[in-house]
Amino acid sequence: MLIDALIAALLLSGAFFTLVGSIGLLKLNSPMSRLHGPTKASTLGVGSLLMASMVRAFAHDDGSLHEVLVMAFLFVTAPISGNFIAKVHLHKLRGKPDLAVLPQGDSWASTSRE
Amino acid sequence: MAGKLFPHPLLTALLILIWCLLVNEFRLGTLVFGTILGVLIPIATHAYWPDRPRVPRPWRLAVYVAIVIWDIIVANIHVAFIVLFKRNSDMSPAWVVVPLDLRTPEAITMLAGTITLTPGTVSADLSADGLALLVHALDAPDPDAVRDEIKQRYERRLLEIFE
Repeated sequence: MLIDALIAALLLSGAFFTLVGSIGLLKLNSPMSRLHGPTKASTLGVGSLLMASMVRAFAHDDGSLHEVLVMAFLFVTAPISGNFIAKVHLHKLRGKPDLAVLPQGDSWASTSRE
Repeated sequence: MAGKLFPHPLLTALLILIWCLLVNEFRLGTLVFGTILGVLIPIATHAYWPDRPRVPRPWRLAVYVAIVIWDIIVANIHVAFIVLFKRNSDMSPAWVVVPLDLRTPEAITMLAGTITLTPGTVSADLSADGLALLVHALDAPDPDAVRDEIKQRYERRLLEIFE
C-alpha cells in the first residue's frame, strides 16, 4: 500500500516535470530559452518515471536494474543533443553583436573564421 | 604486460558493470562473460584511443555525481517555478562566459554536460583555444553569480578528480 503510494507519487512528479518542460517549450520566446524546457523533461521527468518503474519491479517482481542503464545513457547523450541545437543557433547568430564577448578577444569555436 | 592486457582499466570495469546490468540477473556466468568482453573490447579498440584519460582520484566521482543529482532536483523545482509563474518580459536571459581552469578534454566534457543537465543553464560553445565555456542562463539577473557558482561548485571538484 505504502509502496503503491510511492510509485504513484513518482509517476505524478515525472508527469508534472515533463508537462512543465513542454509548457516551457511553448511559452518561452527565444530559441536559447526554449532549449531549457526539454533539458528538464529529460532529467527529473524521465528520472522519476524510471524510478517508479524500478520501485515497482523490486516490490512486485524480481527487481530490475535496466532503468539505471537507461538513465545513465540518457544523461550522457542529452547534453550532446542540447549542444547541437545550441550550435545551430550560434551559427545563425554569426556576425551579430548578440553574443557574449571573450575577454582576450579570442573567438568562439562555432563562429571563428577558420 | 598489465598495460598491454588492460589498456584502459576503467573502461574494462565499466564494461563489466554495463554487461551485468544489461543481463539484469546476477549469476557467475554473467560476470565471467562480462570480464571476457571487458578485456577484449578495450584491446580491439585500442588503436582508436591511444591516450589513456588520466583519472587520479576516481572515487571522488561518487561524491560529485551525488551533488549533481541533488542539484538537478533542486534546480528543476526552481526552473519549473520560473516557467509557470514568471512572465517572459520579467525574465533576464543572459550569456555567461566561464573561464576554464580545467585542461583535460574529458573533464571539460563532464563540466559542459553537468551545466546542461542542471536546469537553468545550457552550455553552448567552447572558445577556439579551449580556455572558456559559453553558457546560456534562462533567468540570471546577476550573470557573475552564475559563473562563480559553476566554478566553485563543479569545476573545483572536477579539478580534484581529474588533475
